[in-house]
Amino acid sequence: MKHPNFVLWLMAILVYAFLYIPLIVVVVYSFNDSRLNAEWVGFTLDWYGKLFRNEEMLIAARNSLIIAVSASVLATTLGTMAGLAIHRYRLKVLPILAFTPVAMPEILLGVSLLLFFLQVLNMTLGLVSVIIAHTTFSIGFVAIVVRARLQGMDESIFEAARDLGATPWQTFRLVTLPLIMPAIIAGALMSFTLSIDDFVITFFTKGVGEPILPIQIYTMIKIAVTPEVNAVSTLLMLLTLALVMLATRFDKTILHGR
Amino acid sequence: MQRRNMMKWLISLPPMLFLLVFFAAPSLIMIVTSFRYPGEFSGLAPLSASDIVSGAPSDLYGLTLETYQFFFSDTLYAEIFLKSFAVATASTLICLLLAYPLALLIARSDKRHRNLMILLVILPFASNFLIRIYAWMIILGPESALNHAVNSLLALMGLPPVMLLFSPFAVLVGMVYVHLPFMILPLYTNLEKHDPVLLDAAQDLGANRWQRFWRVTWPQSLPGVFSGTALVFIPVLGMFAVPDILGGTSDILIGNLIKDQFLGTRDWPFGSTLSIMLMLAVIVTAGLAAWLARPRAAASSTST
Repeated sequence: MKHPNFVLWLMAILVYAFLYIPLIVVVVYSFNDSRLNAEWVGFTLDWYGKLFRNEEMLIAARNSLIIAVSASVLATTLGTMAGLAIHRYRLKVLPILAFTPVAMPEILLGVSLLLFFLQVLNMTLGLVSVIIAHTTFSIGFVAIVVRARLQGMDESIFEAARDLGATPWQTFRLVTLPLIMPAIIAGALMSFTLSIDDFVITFFTKGVGEPILPIQIYTMIKIAVTPEVNAVSTLLMLLTLALVMLATRFDKTILHGR
Repeated sequence: MQRRNMMKWLISLPPMLFLLVFFAAPSLIMIVTSFRYPGEFSGLAPLSASDIVSGAPSDLYGLTLETYQFFFSDTLYAEIFLKSFAVATASTLICLLLAYPLALLIARSDKRHRNLMILLVILPFASNFLIRIYAWMIILGPESALNHAVNSLLALMGLPPVMLLFSPFAVLVGMVYVHLPFMILPLYTNLEKHDPVLLDAAQDLGANRWQRFWRVTWPQSLPGVFSGTALVFIPVLGMFAVPDILGGTSDILIGNLIKDQFLGTRDWPFGSTLSIMLMLAVIVTAGLAAWLARPRAAASSTST
């Protein structure tokens, strides 16, 4: 069985084709000089031009960026703490709190946060509520990456630092932190990507005022599909592609499932 | 020891507090909301007893079981739940069929190529979720080459034309497409750890290709199969975006029902009840997957 057989290869190629063809189609049509996503008419950059003159789209992109940066900073800080704490101490409640939002259907988190923001906090939904919502589900992802990194490490390093007289803070700053840094950076990039991408939770916690990228895309898809959607999709794909490549470069454990 | 304790609280308290406030509390609020009355126009009726519209004597502080009675009184909701389960089961099975050969191939490939092959699985999955659904709108749309090809084939056979987009078929394709990597990754992680010596031993003992697969590889891979199943089945169960974009008006699943209660008709208590029913379905599914994954992993060497 050292040489996987022909059938296996054929099926694998078909699956890869299934994964990539739809995305290639979107990219190709973003350069098509036609309002319809049907025949190839000719090459154009018009849809990109239209996109960059679309005021609301630009505001949406800016808002999404603000949300993603804030949420990933918060989630990385809290998620790193959670990952360290869960790895180091026998905690019962924290793992449940951190990992359940990752595992449950997104719609449940979206709905419960909507109720909480409106009923209990009585707040106006907007960028802040979306930032909080994104942080809530990203903490678990960061914690998983950080914990995975810690699990692969030799505990004796920390003992050695302690034996040499380092305080817990010194041990953390000089030994633990540099060692888990790749996981922290990977976690940060991951939570940024999750935030920029998220549709479901954003949909429930966004309110009405501020345009946000995924919601803008959703409205375009539902109301009037123009190749402008293809253009914005292509740009977003490039961005997340770069981020994921970067994240996997920093921490290979991401490749082995979450 | 004192210091160690301080460190423990210093790193565990901030995430704990954040999640208690923004995850645990909202979940509790959702449970409470499911027992309340809807407001006249939207949202909720106030909690104080005097303001309650239908002040039946059984009401306790404005709480009621009405939404639950409503849920069970109309078979429509049971039907939608069953349909969601059917879609989730079908999506999971198709994902398994597509993912297994690929995961097996990657796991048995040269070590140098594995990371690249897995990265190629993750990359499309990293692109925006809506875009991945939208792509199928183009491919299955009425103007698409695929739609023309299918319909001319149907015409040749003398069958009436079909609409690929806005159909249960489109929903299934979208569900499989969006969740496929969730099946490939855990399967690969499991298959990669298998010891090839076992297969060699089986071959030496005269097992053919199929026997080697069904009696050596497959039983060992069950934990991966079950975790992949949970990772696909659970999100599909609660998904509203795929039917919303690719499905027709009758392709409503639990997620769409919940969404409508919060953003359409605005019946929060009923929306919360539906969410809790979904949560229960998820807990049962996850519990089942965990239960199935555990004993079999240990027993696979002795049984089958």
